[in-house]
Parts: sequence; structure tokens; C-alpha cells
Amino acid sequence: MASLSVKHLLGIKNLEKSDLNLIFETADHFKQVINRPIKKVPSLRDMTIANVFFENSTRTRLSFELAEKRLSADVINFSSSSSSVKKGETLLDTVKNILSMKVDIIVMRHASPGAPHFLANNINAQVVNAGDGTHEHPTQALLDSYSIRQKLGDVGGKKIVIVGDISHSRVALSNIFALQKLGAEVKVCGPPTLIPKYITEIGVGYEPDIKKALNWCDVANVLRIQLERQKSANFPSLREYSMYYGVNKQLLDSLDKEIVIMHPGPINRGVELNSDVADSEHSIILDQVENGVAVRMAVLYLLAQN
Amino acid sequence: MAKIKLLSSKLLDITLSRLCQQLIENHIDFNDSVLLGMQPRGVFLASRIKERLSEMINVDVPVGSLDTTFYRDDFRRRDEPLSPNSTNVPFIIENKKVILVDDVLYTGRTVRAAISAMLAFGRPSKVELFVLVNRKYSRHLPIEPNYVGKSVNTIQSQRVVVEWIEQGFDEDNIWLFNQWQG
Repeated sequence: MASLSVKHLLGIKNLEKSDLNLIFETADHFKQVINRPIKKVPSLRDMTIANVFFENSTRTRLSFELAEKRLSADVINFSSSSSSVKKGETLLDTVKNILSMKVDIIVMRHASPGAPHFLANNINAQVVNAGDGTHEHPTQALLDSYSIRQKLGDVGGKKIVIVGDISHSRVALSNIFALQKLGAEVKVCGPPTLIPKYITEIGVGYEPDIKKALNWCDVANVLRIQLERQKSANFPSLREYSMYYGVNKQLLDSLDKEIVIMHPGPINRGVELNSDVADSEHSIILDQVENGVAVRMAVLYLLAQN
Repeated sequence: MAKIKLLSSKLLDITLSRLCQQLIENHIDFNDSVLLGMQPRGVFLASRIKERLSEMINVDVPVGSLDTTFYRDDFRRRDEPLSPNSTNVPFIIENKKVILVDDVLYTGRTVRAAISAMLAFGRPSKVELFVLVNRKYSRHLPIEPNYVGKSVNTIQSQRVVVEWIEQGFDEDNIWLFNQWQG
């Protein structure tokens, strides 16, 4: 039986393809577990996991917490808004204090890219990156690829387009790495101001026209327009963005084929995605959420085993 | 490396018939009884029992498979990582008489894990343990089988190896190896 090639889950970039497949196979088993009458196994009952969130999150934190509890780990939660970080404590000090309470795994979200890498180099506990700035969000990419695998049977050979704010998106970057490792073809679509300048150098195509992009792909992963970054004037108005890049039923009906729609949440309904698509049979958004728990259980289980 | 044949294909067939007679004695019409094979090799045995019971008294006993990986007590304490198998329990366990099936009973730790895993599906009215080979004097836990094909005295360095046709072998055989080297 194989094990993961890494001690920490910091990003998709440093994983092997075999790691991804091992995580998916293990997640299959955990998906079975979470659909049982008693949705819990005792595997991690002797471990303590700290969820350390320096940035806001609902879905990811809940999903991690549920995954940890279903593996029977003890869980502590920390969010920076209600902590001593506000009093000026450094990241390393905060985490070292948490670790002296005998914590085995740290799940961290931080606004600075590389913060989990810094942590992994400086502490003994294992680190899981739950999003670091605009860099990576590995578990989101894993559950996205897992959901594609579940829906279409395989990720290899499929065409995936990622629509929206690619420049500021850690979800996009992790997805690109995961999909490419699994043998999928990836394009991005969005206004040029939201596309990184050198995106094509990592083997990703750019298609500015949403209709052409959707006609090309098997799966469209529609990202959230980050309203908090609206002030940066990357596009004139939400209304204009929605007109040119919003995915709606009319647009899907005009395509030559049926495609699968994904969204990492939270959705701005009526901006990047219309309700008539988000709630339609094309969408696997709620499957993604369910798979998120199984995939995170697999990640924690496999890391604990190392 | 010395090896002794514990049960040949023919003997295994006779043993299975005897054990099925014992099952019939205790379960009569198998109305509330289910078979649960423990992954990986107990599953083959459980389906053999189902077939045999069907031939003998024409009953259709539900059969499921149970994986104990996530319930083991040696997770993170062993050198080799554990690989999970699938669990498939296509019936309600609540108030059923469960016959847990495995090929070899050794320390009893797998059976302990299997009981925990099974309880995640409900509360059976009764649980019995069915094994082909019982390695005596090697238990780590107070667990004893209800149905035994063959009891053997073994020491720790020995290994019992079960080969099933379903795994790709030419015939069913059960071997006892001295000084197992993997």
C-alpha cells in the first residue's frame, strides 16, 4: 500500500500524480463512511488538530472540522479576529503557543502566500494549507478534481475552463496544477485585467470569449468575483462583468453540447453565475461540498499515517 | 522454508459442509440471519457459505463485506501503511443475527475492529464468529469463535496462508509456514 510522498499538504505543485490518485481512492472509502447511519470512524482518536484561520472562511473551516470530527480527532478552532493576533503576536509565536498544548496537525488559512511553508519549516507538527493568500488552496483543487472524476469517470483527457478572476485566485492556481498533473487540458477565461500575464507559460490556454470557451470545454469551473477587490478597477462594473462573463441558462442553451458547471462558493448569484444555472442539472456545486468532507478526511488520514 | 498443508481443497470442502450443518442447527431457517465476510479473504469464504447453504436447504442468506481498516488499533503504530478495502452492507443489521466470517483467527484484534465497524451499521441481536482456522494460544483479546474449521497450535514465527481460487490460485489450500519471510 502506498503512502503520500509529502509530510505536509502545502500545495498541489509539490504532489505527485500518484498522491492525487491515492487521495481520491481513499476518499471513495470515506464517502462510503459518511453515507452510513453512523458517519464516524475512530482512526484519528489519539490526535489533536487545530484549525487556525487568519482569514475568514465558512465552508472550508466547517468542512475541515466535520472531516476531523468524523475521523474522531479532537479539534480546536482559532480565528484571528478574536485572538491575541490583534494584540501584535507573531504567526510563529501564536502557532508555537497552540502547539505547546500538544497539537499534532495544524490546518491553516493565512492571507500571506507561503505562510504554511514558513510554518512547516519551523515547527514539528504537520501542516495543511487551507488557503494562503493568492497562492494555493490545495484541498479545494483536490475536491474539484475528485468531483470531475466522479461525474465524468476520469479527469485525464478532459477539457476544463476556469472562468473569472484568475489573478487573485488561489483556487485557480491549485486547480491548474491538479488538473494538469491528472492529464486534463486547461484554459482560463475572463477579462484580460484579471488574467495573469504569464499564464500561457505554464501550459494554460487563454480564451477571452466566454461562449467559445464554454463550447470548447467539458467542465466550466466558474470562480467568484471577489467583490472586496472591486475597488481595484479591474473591470468597470459588476453589471458589465455579468453581461460579458456571467454564465446563464441562455448562454448554456446556445452551446453545441452539455457541459458541467462547478463553483467553489460562495456564489454571487446574478454576477458570475445565474440561479437558473446554479440550481440546474448542469451544476455539481452541492456534490463538490459533499465531496469536500470525504477528500479532507482522506488527506488528514493519509498525512496522519506518514 | 518448511510448509505443511493444513487443509487441502477436498478436506476444505468437507469442513465447509460440516460447518454449514452446524450453522443450520443454530439458525434453522436463517430468517433473521446475515453473513458478514471480513475483507479481504473472509469475503470469499462468506460467499462460499451462502452457496453451500443454498444447495443444502435452499435458503438465500444475505451476504455483506466489512472492511476494518479505519477501526484498527494499530493505525500509526505499524511500519506499513494500511490499505482500505470496500465495505458493502446491503441489508439492515438492526436486530439481525450476524455471522462474522474470516479465514484465520489469530490475535483477535481484527475481529475486535470488525465488531466496532459492524456496530456503525446498527445493533444486531446476536453476533457469532465463523473461522476456518483457529490459531490457538495466540489471542491478545478475550475473543473465541463459535464455528471452527480446524484448530492449530502455532508459534508467533509461523504464518497461516489461505489460498482461494477466487484470488487466482489453481485450487483452494491452507498452508502453515515455518519462519515466515514475507
